[in-house]
Amino acid sequence: MRSLMFGVALCGALCGASASAGGPVHEYTLDNGLKLIVQEDHRAHVAVVQVWYRVGSAYEHDGITGVSHALEHMMFKGTKTRGPGQFSTLVAANGGRHNAFTSTDYTAYYQEWSADKVPLSFELEADRMRNLVIDEAEFKKEINVVLEERRMRTDDAPQSLAVEAAQAVAFTTSPYRQPVIGWEADIKSMTATDLAAWYQRWYAPNNAIVVVVGDVQPDAVLALAKQHFGPLAKSDIPPPKPRPEVPQQGERRVTLKSDKARVPYLVMGYKAPNLLAARAGEGVEAWEPYALDVLAATLSGDESSRLDKHLVRGQELAAELSAGVDTGGLLPSLFFVNAVPADGVGLEKLEHAIVAELDALEAKPPTAAELERIKTQVVADNVFQRDSMLHEAMTLGALEAVGLGWRVKDDYVARIQAVTADQVLAVARKYLVPDQLTVAWLLPEQKP
Amino acid sequence: MNRAAHLLLTVGLLLASAMAAAAPRIEHWQTANGARVYFVAADENPMLDVRVVFAAGSARDGEHAGLASLTNGLMNEGAGEFDADAFSERLGATGAMFGLGAERDMAFASLRTLSEPRYATHALELFALALGKPRFDESAVQRDKARTLVGLKHRQQSPDALAEETFYASLYPRHPYGTPPDGTPASIAAIDRAAIVAFHQRYYVARNAVIAVVGALDRAGAEALAERLSQALPAGEAAPPLPAVTPAEGGLHHVDFPSIQSHVMLGLTGMRRGDPDYFPLLVGNHALGGNGLVSILFEEVRNKRGLSYSVSSAFVAMSEAGPFVASLMTDRKQQDEALDVLRTTITQFVYDGPPPAAIDAAKRNLIDGFPLRVASNRQIAEYIAMLGFYGLPLDYLETFPAQVAAVTPDAVKDAFARRLPPERLTTVVVGRAKADAAP
Repeated sequence: MRSLMFGVALCGALCGASASAGGPVHEYTLDNGLKLIVQEDHRAHVAVVQVWYRVGSAYEHDGITGVSHALEHMMFKGTKTRGPGQFSTLVAANGGRHNAFTSTDYTAYYQEWSADKVPLSFELEADRMRNLVIDEAEFKKEINVVLEERRMRTDDAPQSLAVEAAQAVAFTTSPYRQPVIGWEADIKSMTATDLAAWYQRWYAPNNAIVVVVGDVQPDAVLALAKQHFGPLAKSDIPPPKPRPEVPQQGERRVTLKSDKARVPYLVMGYKAPNLLAARAGEGVEAWEPYALDVLAATLSGDESSRLDKHLVRGQELAAELSAGVDTGGLLPSLFFVNAVPADGVGLEKLEHAIVAELDALEAKPPTAAELERIKTQVVADNVFQRDSMLHEAMTLGALEAVGLGWRVKDDYVARIQAVTADQVLAVARKYLVPDQLTVAWLLPEQKP
Repeated sequence: MNRAAHLLLTVGLLLASAMAAAAPRIEHWQTANGARVYFVAADENPMLDVRVVFAAGSARDGEHAGLASLTNGLMNEGAGEFDADAFSERLGATGAMFGLGAERDMAFASLRTLSEPRYATHALELFALALGKPRFDESAVQRDKARTLVGLKHRQQSPDALAEETFYASLYPRHPYGTPPDGTPASIAAIDRAAIVAFHQRYYVARNAVIAVVGALDRAGAEALAERLSQALPAGEAAPPLPAVTPAEGGLHHVDFPSIQSHVMLGLTGMRRGDPDYFPLLVGNHALGGNGLVSILFEEVRNKRGLSYSVSSAFVAMSEAGPFVASLMTDRKQQDEALDVLRTTITQFVYDGPPPAAIDAAKRNLIDGFPLRVASNRQIAEYIAMLGFYGLPLDYLETFPAQVAAVTPDAVKDAFARRLPPERLTTVVVGRAKADAAP
């Protein structure tokens, strides 16, 4: 009931780069630049195959927002040698599950099926990496599906609209201000030609990462990859122009009134650095992103965290509450606190109470017991994640796709364990400051 | 790469397949005070999944809609000598994850912990305490009631939740499946601590429990663990059977809601777990609307016409006849067209019988895809808890592929003709009424 009830999916504390050390990871790069990552897991005779492309909404510009996601939909609509839907039919007939997802930072496709089917995955994925056909008639139908998806996920979901509004206000020049699914007008004006151009620009072996986790032998997978992806020509892909966020110089606020909403909702986001920024220097210490993860876990994440203890229980100001930060992204994002107030509690009061909890860190930095709990949980999560091949593959692929490299997951536990209370306090002081805050209020409003 | 090399690789991958086990080996026994235990040893990762299910879902709410869910949700808010804060701090320190949930038939409590004793011992002690001695402190009861009321309001802004609530109410007007599992504002307000304590005492008992254990321990360890959890509960009595379901009469139910999309649900009362038609209905529905991106409904509604992002159908098998449900969501302006396609596709499937090729494809997907359903400890734990709860045979997983293989198109046609008469379908639409729909 707790975490799932109030639907907005945000990366919780420690999920950014939290990862495990399952079987050993093998990494290869083909001559055409395609990267292959293989992790063995022999518990069941199944495998997950994922193909990641380094393109997502963060690569898009005004007017074509949502093009990466729309293209993802069209990737199931046929190639020069396979008709629309044939991909899905083949996967299903071979006992597979498959799908795809698009984020700010990447677009990824996957199949889960018997480990015998890895060659078929490679054959199908290699085909649509280079030979996609974007048929006008198919596009016209599918873009309506995308519009329906936007209505379902966002336009008819008030809390999602509030998060979308908060992102759009928090970022001025960073492409993270754009929704992954795109603005409605952009989706409506999108053409098959736009998609074809986007495909030509980004879909190539040297912009792709293939991840295989499962009951496979790495050498055999490499040979298969050479066979199927090896012949594909690489492309000349100019990197996107950098669009760093301009410094924020004061608090930002946005209010959203909705005749669909019945409960108010509060979204608070502080500008926060990521692992890539720390790696580049840029005034961010290497330990800071890890300290931010520990900070998020101190505040939220389980029932013993501070915001749960003090605001959901204790003062009983919030009915639901979560906080988190994604430090594993391509660009710096936000340290979020989202909350549904308890009945009769105003958003202003709840907001002040949350700020007071953040301020209280100064007088009450994380205790030894709090740090110990968080570090134990990271050790445990590291093991628990091994139970899901899909999650293992997701972690490897996402880290590669943003350019951090999968090895970040290997020392994640050690980096978290090295975080001190002083460091947590230091990142709270540095980043959770009023001038770096964006607040969105969702207000239910019944129309007469 | 030449042909010979390709074959070599294929053989290499196939060899790995011969070594892997098929269905997980399930061990089953009863604890001294009557809890049924299902255990699968899995020592690849140093972790343990424990899932305890009780016949304590909302079908047992009686006069108090929402009682089962409220009781279940309070079980980690203090137990034994620990109040909610102390309990959560102690559990958090073990690194374990504690899950709770109540559906219509069952309620569950689950624990995922590292198997190393320095973590597992303490986590399991707290888990046992929560199962047997939840405190139900008055302050926690009042807080959770208030939070539930906010949750109910939140449901009122979700067309999906409204559609589901209306759907169950329409299909089960005189059956406990028909009341909303989270209750209503009035029913929640009327629940007091005494009702919660009484519900826990009646239903959270060993003879009403199934304990599923998956993870890195041996049979002796699993027996000790199950015995420890079971001893935390009184023996008690199993819950009585639920009343049989009387099929509803069909009809159209519209809920006015200011959404852009209309949410459409179509269905009727379907089948029980262990139903003799289970496999023909499963296979037939897999072809009709169960098989993700390639089902007949997906093809007709989405691929051919672009009418909905999501469209699917399912037979939800429950203790008593659960629903058959087909659903989609679409812009209000094309609601009538979408509903017509949905209804016509189902009707044709029933009257004309399924295309044999579709049945063949559905069977292959279910059979070849079976290993995916039991690939993780979490999935295995959920599966064996379900087996135990519904009293399905121990070899259910092992025989699943053969049962699916035996289904013929004729058997599907016959079962659907009897079990899915299109004229009895109930239709629920949540969205703007026609009059004020935007042009």
